Amino acid sequence: MKTLFVRGPSLLSRLVLALACSFLLMFIDHRLQAMQPVRLFLNSLVTPVQYLAILPEQILDNFSDSIKTQEQLAEENEQLRQQLLKQQGQLQQFRLLANENKRLRELLGSEQRVPNRRMVAEVIAVASEPFSQQLVINKGTLSGVYEGQAVLDNRGIIGQVQDVGSNTARVLLISDQSHAIPLRSERNDIRVLAQGTGEIGRLQLMFVPHSSELKEGDLLLSSGLGGVYPEGYPVAKIRKINRDESLPFAQVQADPVSALDRVRNVLLLWQNDDERQPIYEDQPDG
Amino acid sequence: MVKQGAFTLILSYLVALVLMVMPMPGSFDIFRPDWVTLVLLYWVLALPHRVNIGTALVLGVLSDILLGSVLGVHALGMIVVTYFAARHFQRIRNFSLPQQAILIAFLILLKRMLVFQANVFIHDAEFTANYFWPALTSALFWLWLFPLLRKIRRRFGVN
Repeated sequence: MKTLFVRGPSLLSRLVLALACSFLLMFIDHRLQAMQPVRLFLNSLVTPVQYLAILPEQILDNFSDSIKTQEQLAEENEQLRQQLLKQQGQLQQFRLLANENKRLRELLGSEQRVPNRRMVAEVIAVASEPFSQQLVINKGTLSGVYEGQAVLDNRGIIGQVQDVGSNTARVLLISDQSHAIPLRSERNDIRVLAQGTGEIGRLQLMFVPHSSELKEGDLLLSSGLGGVYPEGYPVAKIRKINRDESLPFAQVQADPVSALDRVRNVLLLWQNDDERQPIYEDQPDG
Repeated sequence: MVKQGAFTLILSYLVALVLMVMPMPGSFDIFRPDWVTLVLLYWVLALPHRVNIGTALVLGVLSDILLGSVLGVHALGMIVVTYFAARHFQRIRNFSLPQQAILIAFLILLKRMLVFQANVFIHDAEFTANYFWPALTSALFWLWLFPLLRKIRRRFGVN
């Protein structure tokens, strides 16, 4: 039976209590970084929500797959075959160059480059607020994913792993406001630092002097200097340079080469000389 | 003991959370209504003694986890707007639907300003005007969501 005067604590005291709770959570999570176990638990708690959210998209995909005609499939197959042939041709050349490069590096006595191991993962959720641009992928510690790992798509680097669950991992995108990545211009090796702007598909280069030789349209590769990202992967293209002398530095905007808002499959990278290695389920797909 | 209609309530929160993280094309994404806050505010206005600040805290923390922000950030915004709605629920209930929608726009704006401010404290977030569009779209969706949820509430006898 519902009585009139059983109302619990007053609204104001609830407000004060709840506000105290939320400030405490922020403090523990951000300052002390002590919420990882709780985060892991909550992340697995909300995993069903994330799978539900991509369900309509998957159903649509399956539907559009199933109504493809045989003709379309044959055509697509032919296209893929040609692409494979072309790339295999390039790969032969690449092996030759890699061997040559190795020999030359041996001659010079400089450190050898080691190839990477890869694993494909699927994006299962996006969270695109301007203050936190992240993806959730369907591989976690059980597949050997670790914090700080580099994540790519078919065109270039998209971000790094921020935290890992057993079956999921959260990827911080390069366009996040709190993310910066060291880059190098492909054309003239100028080193720059690109910070996310919180707008998907927009980066900003920091501390570029007005006299810099960068040009609009320059491709920027990862420089490998931060120790997080491997060297030489495409990251962004310069879109606009504003050399306003009244500002301390030139304002340079760059667009990521991969379409961060349309990523479906990503590639996780492991360095071969690292003790952390991928754990493949059945057959290696890297 | 499970109170009557608890299932309906939880289901509505779940749908709102799913809509919050559902992938959308980038150009629509900035206009995505603030589903969780909308649903929460409806239930606060309809059942202020059952759904109030405690629910806001839980939904806020779940939003934080789903959106990957620091825990407590969204909770903070939701708690404050819930306090306002629960404090003045009798007045707001007497508003016409368009008047309510305008108020909802301001409440969502307030929530987003709080979230933004918390992010500024945490990692010097920069102002992006796009973050505040949902205040408008949420108000528009309120015109549709309010009658819908009222129908659901009466149909399933949630009280």
